Amino acid sequence: MMSQPTNPHHVPHAGTELYDVRRDELVVEPAPVEVAPLKQGVFKRLVHRFSVLGLIGLLMVAFWLLVAFIGPLVAPYKGGALTSTEIFGRYSAAYPLGTDYLGRDMLSRILYGARYTVGLALAAAVLASVIGTFFGLLAAVSGRVVDEILSRLFDALISIPSKVLALVVIAAFGSSIPMLTTVAAAAYIPGAFRISRSLAVNVMSLEYVQVARARGEGIFYIARVEVLPNMIHPMLADFGLRFVFIVLLLSGLSFLGLGVQPPNADWGSLVRENIGGLSEGAPAVLMPAIAIATLTIGMNLLIDNLRRRSRKHGGA
Amino acid sequence: MAERDMIEVKGLRVVAGAAPGPVTEIVKGVDFSVKKGEVLALIGESGSGKTTIALSLLGYARAGCAISGGSVRVGEVEVLSLDAKGRRALRARTVAYVAQSASAGFNPARTIMDQVIEPALLHRLMSKEAASAKAIGLFRSLALPAPETIGERYPHQVSGGQLQRLMAAMALITDPAVVVFDEPTTALDVTTQIEVLAAFKKVIRELGTTAVYVSHDLAVVAQMADRIVVLNGGAVKENGAVAQVLDAPVDAYTRQLLAATRRPEAVLTLPQNLGKHVPPLLEIRGLSAGYGRIDRQGAPAVRVLDDVSLSIPRGSTLGVIGESGSGKTTLARVVAGLVDRARGEVLFNGEPLNAQISRRTPEQYRQIQIVFQNADTALNPSHSIADILGRPLAFYHHLRGSAAKKRMLDLLDLVKLPASIATRTPAGLSGGQKQRVNLARALAAEPALILCDEVTSALDTVVGAAILDLLAELRRELGVSYMFISHDISTVRAICDEVIVLYAGHRVEAGQREVLAAPPYHPYTGLLVDSVPALKPGWLDARRDIVATALPAMGESADIAELCSFRARCPVRIDGKCNVTPPSLKKLPSGAEILCHHPAAELNRLQTVEATPA
Repeated sequence: MMSQPTNPHHVPHAGTELYDVRRDELVVEPAPVEVAPLKQGVFKRLVHRFSVLGLIGLLMVAFWLLVAFIGPLVAPYKGGALTSTEIFGRYSAAYPLGTDYLGRDMLSRILYGARYTVGLALAAAVLASVIGTFFGLLAAVSGRVVDEILSRLFDALISIPSKVLALVVIAAFGSSIPMLTTVAAAAYIPGAFRISRSLAVNVMSLEYVQVARARGEGIFYIARVEVLPNMIHPMLADFGLRFVFIVLLLSGLSFLGLGVQPPNADWGSLVRENIGGLSEGAPAVLMPAIAIATLTIGMNLLIDNLRRRSRKHGGA
Repeated sequence: MAERDMIEVKGLRVVAGAAPGPVTEIVKGVDFSVKKGEVLALIGESGSGKTTIALSLLGYARAGCAISGGSVRVGEVEVLSLDAKGRRALRARTVAYVAQSASAGFNPARTIMDQVIEPALLHRLMSKEAASAKAIGLFRSLALPAPETIGERYPHQVSGGQLQRLMAAMALITDPAVVVFDEPTTALDVTTQIEVLAAFKKVIRELGTTAVYVSHDLAVVAQMADRIVVLNGGAVKENGAVAQVLDAPVDAYTRQLLAATRRPEAVLTLPQNLGKHVPPLLEIRGLSAGYGRIDRQGAPAVRVLDDVSLSIPRGSTLGVIGESGSGKTTLARVVAGLVDRARGEVLFNGEPLNAQISRRTPEQYRQIQIVFQNADTALNPSHSIADILGRPLAFYHHLRGSAAKKRMLDLLDLVKLPASIATRTPAGLSGGQKQRVNLARALAAEPALILCDEVTSALDTVVGAAILDLLAELRRELGVSYMFISHDISTVRAICDEVIVLYAGHRVEAGQREVLAAPPYHPYTGLLVDSVPALKPGWLDARRDIVATALPAMGESADIAELCSFRARCPVRIDGKCNVTPPSLKKLPSGAEILCHHPAAELNRLQTVEATPA
């Protein structure tokens, strides 16, 4: 694993890319240059405010997001192409991350898989957080009846174990990308609802909301202008956590064979299909696991930093 | 050696911020000394460094602060040169600290006795039995009820004033040479404050403790201290004996502070009578309100207000006085529509005001504005000042763009704030500035009535006085009416035309401002008036003799809700009357209406005797 021969001519991207993850952890400075042009002002400020650990997390997440977008373009081989006769191959110049149980290039598999893992999880996490926050706010600003109905409804949903629910739904309706997204989002909406409702209820009791009510404002104005900006930071932190859980849920489903269907594969499926190579210490099972780990760890570092910041600034 | 001062602070400097970042000096070279058995007061407004200095006596600097220079000697110990272990020993035996908020200082899950004797046990100074016996002795000296058994209770089972005294017992259990009191009575009601001050004074005198008393209230300090150190901006402005500082202040800042405390009563032009047919701006008749489930008779589970009536003529100011829990804030919230009422009528401009806020007209929304006590929570931290002031302009007057901006700048000017703060968020403003923005937001609606809920209570004396002046000025210029809610009689006297006194949700007295000036008044009003510390030394000692007299005995109360609510604490209650029949409304010669069984002449006799103790 350490003796990685980098042949710049043959696989220019592969070597740098895996290196990048590692190098980011050590060298923090050069990296922002390649991300910063996206959103100059906001980004610069963010970078300034983050601690070293938060910055590392940010870079890891940004790296995988980038891979999700351009992964297939830079992959050395087509996603499902059989390219080698050697199964569970070791690291080599042609196959930097070895080959899988059918002799496919592992690097390409991971690059293609990033789209499913990151994209699907992101979509599901955004859905879960937005829907959960919306209903949480609605419950907090409306009267007691609406609040009771919504809360009990989501309580009922919470009482169903999310993994079992996902298994049942997918077993019944079959696995497809929209179905997976919906199931993952549905599993995490009640949690987002609970958190956003309790945050909103706290903000609602503050005097500036009372002033707005006495002014005669409608509940949607109060929810949008007075309450939402003051709970957005904790909700963002919560979003990050949920994203990680969804990655893990999807990886778990894929591991059980209910996730993304072959020949496509997200990282969880990659681990499952190559599990036979575990006893040989094949990179084919190690590498997707590392990919999952770096994404979740990166996200967590980022969140921890966000949370600390929002606590310090009191939502300002 | 015996003549050496107990505490000697020389050139003390404290900085905020760590070395690489920006460093602000918050205490700039302070010197003072305290003799053994003397009580020194540190006085100043918030941010003057008084608490920081007090904490440095314990060798402690708050997180983010560091003691950067100078020396602090307590007894024979150089506090600043101690290591962590030495400081621990110092805090065990030599210096004790009584914090402002006793309710935050007690663990709600353990009995009071456990916590009071904890310092003694923790530092292995005495056995548990000896410590408990000592604590009971201290409870007795601090005039706590049932000293033998109060220790078995939990913190939530005693009142705020009692908890504050128990906290003092906790500090005194190890016989410290020096006790630091950090604003111990600031969070208490006037009537409670008196009891606590008297208890502190007694115990300090009995034990001969050297004390440092931190406060922002000159009148309180005048009762407690032998010497006063006036602080402003981290520097000593004046240091002298109490009488000298109060009567012949040398420094300009001290004079300002004294002027703010001894407010002259505003000369009020009584509202012009617009003829008898004009209805009052706000009239409330027989209002009852509360919280919790509504029962079959339409009364809420927790009654906060009971049969309250009042009226505010156009352009005048009504003061609402009462201690915490008397229902004054609920009264404002009912008028604003934030709390439902159970019974009674509220008329605004002669028209009934709907109890439900959602059913009021836009015009009613605009004309009634509420200003909350705590500007920190009343301004949305994620909005800029321009947004906060712009919203009511857009909402009520549909002003946008440059017209709104111009009006906003006018408003800032009206409350005497610079235009430059418009782009800031509330976090970037001081407490007084926030309260001004809070007021400006209410004024933006161009209201007829502003409900001011303790608007000056959270502010320093000088800043509070400036806000009161501003309110009076706005009233002259704009003709707005106020319902001014406060627990502070001197504030109410300074600004109000008429006054109502609330006790436990009942209106016990209502009348012109002058009713507060001299007896006769309702026994509760009398208690309130007598509890405001006067700005002269020795006032507390004279007052204590009155407090010490026991309440007259009274039998079981009849089960009638309308009985006088003050009977449990009334010094002039009558057995067989106050606990049996509800009091009727009486008119005093001054024009005030009270709920009491005593005739006016009798009250006058009782209260005049009280005021001049033999």
